Amino acid sequence: MDSVFSHTIAAILTIGIISFLYKDNPLYKFCESLFIGVSAGYWFVQQYYANLLPKLFDNLGITKLVGAENAPEGALQALFLEGRLDDNLLYLIAGVLGVMMLLRLSPKIGWIARWPLAFTVGSSAGLYFITYFQSNAMSQLEHTILPLNSFNNLVLIVGTVTGIIYFYFSKEHKGVFGGAAKVGIYFLMITFGASFGYTVMSRMSLLIGRIDFLFGTWLGLVK
Amino acid sequence: MKAFSYSFTFYCLLGLILLATTDGLAQVESSDSLLSPLLPPSEVIAEDHPGDAGAAIIVRWKLSPDEDRGVTGYEIVRSTSPTGEFSSIGFAAAGSNRYVDANTEDSLTYYYKVLAIDVDKNVSESELSPPARSSPQWFNFHLLNLLIIGGLICGAVIYFIAHAKKGKKLFLRKIAGLEAVDEAIGRATEMGRPILFIPGILDMDDVQTIAAITILGRVAKTIAQYDTKLNVPTSRSIVMSTAMETVKEAYISAGRADAYSDDFVHYVTDEQFGYVAAVNGIMVRERPATCFYIGAFFAESLIMAETGNAIGAIQIAGTAMPAQLPFFVAACDYTLIGEELFAASAYLSGEPKQLGSLKGQDVGKIIAMSAIVIGALLETFFAISGSSFFGSLAELVHKLFSIVAS
Repeated sequence: MDSVFSHTIAAILTIGIISFLYKDNPLYKFCESLFIGVSAGYWFVQQYYANLLPKLFDNLGITKLVGAENAPEGALQALFLEGRLDDNLLYLIAGVLGVMMLLRLSPKIGWIARWPLAFTVGSSAGLYFITYFQSNAMSQLEHTILPLNSFNNLVLIVGTVTGIIYFYFSKEHKGVFGGAAKVGIYFLMITFGASFGYTVMSRMSLLIGRIDFLFGTWLGLVK
Repeated sequence: MKAFSYSFTFYCLLGLILLATTDGLAQVESSDSLLSPLLPPSEVIAEDHPGDAGAAIIVRWKLSPDEDRGVTGYEIVRSTSPTGEFSSIGFAAAGSNRYVDANTEDSLTYYYKVLAIDVDKNVSESELSPPARSSPQWFNFHLLNLLIIGGLICGAVIYFIAHAKKGKKLFLRKIAGLEAVDEAIGRATEMGRPILFIPGILDMDDVQTIAAITILGRVAKTIAQYDTKLNVPTSRSIVMSTAMETVKEAYISAGRADAYSDDFVHYVTDEQFGYVAAVNGIMVRERPATCFYIGAFFAESLIMAETGNAIGAIQIAGTAMPAQLPFFVAACDYTLIGEELFAASAYLSGEPKQLGSLKGQDVGKIIAMSAIVIGALLETFFAISGSSFFGSLAELVHKLFSIVAS
């Protein structure tokens, strides 16, 4: 009985979302609002239990400090009770940055919120530089250096070189250089076409999954 | 006939002798495998894993001489005392002669043994390794090539930034999608309808989102000048904060601080399809004249671009997600493909730092193209002639770009 009820609710919501294909309507609006509200709330709770609680409050010992049962001792207890500098004390910096971010709610000191943002953007860019350079540049280059003794190798090398030429911004695409860039964009478009077809097929399987749910699991018309 | 008979007898005898010999040999071999114990791996060496931040020891050994006689793998055991209790820390497949113990404490000394195990679960233990201790290093020499090539590109970026700061003009070719930005904003102004800007669905730690926010700054500045309404729904809280700051800055620099509203940028939800449902709703209700999809996208790309197409909006997209580019190319009026997305912010802003960065990256592309062409030619000459001269040169080019796992 429970499953019939839950399947009916799921089916109504599925139909509500699919009804957008016809036009915007009250059922879609209801489903949309429900989806956004539930997911936003879910993400808040998920972020709290996945990040704030274990990484910040538990590691610092704030959970213990507020008297939670079975809470682990954290960096603050180590510092003030044992006089020891625990590695987890570093989470204090993350906590301070988080609080600084919230200061944007105050118009007078809202500018402070720019500092944690600058830290996030700058550190991310710096950290990812090496990763991307290794995987997206060096590794690809190494595996493109091949002998021109087969059709596959020829296609790979010509496609890569002309593709790079297309993304070269310091020279106008004219003459031989422009021709090579054109070959590069042809290679890109052929790749996009293949990728388009492949992804459309995978989306079809998602649609089939929902139709199977409606006509099979819910209505029982398809066995 | 007689000759045939002699030959036949000779070959029969030879066959019998051979049969007897091979059977005998097989029996000797078989009894050998049954009787002789499994031989252990030898020359076990343990030393600090080079070029890391510590906490790792690399263990090497010489394979068991019985490797071809059914050894299924090697078990690595360790102890902090040569006479202490050894505990298992991992397995290496047959044929492997190294194992990285990535769970050590730098303050402790470790001793290792390697155990060969065969199909019958017979175990043969090696001698004890010399003591080893992990330690951190300041420099990873395995990544020296990365430093050289990265340094060359970064040097070029710094040079071109300095060049641009001196006021010297740096040439950048036109990018079709960017030429259309002002036109698209102008169209929205004429129609009196809002502009929708979607900065992707990833957080600020993604370089595409950073590029999207930079482009948003330039777009918002033009919007402020044209006095058009802007709507930026975001799926990440930090992106919302950054976008708010960027749009506010843009309005201030356009001299339209009074026209700015915090409502331009708003958070929806982190949930991918919840976000798509909301954006689609906004599209059909507010009917924006222009939609920008700039940043990192996944399955939602086509859903949003199709809705935008259905309401007749001019659509400009930009992403470096290879799987989503086909959808944007098919459904949008202009698409910034991959690198063009990152070039866009430099092109639009005209700032020396961004222009210099782009020019520096072009130097990197010249290095890449040269390496591929030279390396491929050397490989081809080597394949045709078999000359070791070409072979070693090709190997050198390979090594220059290979990331060696130590």
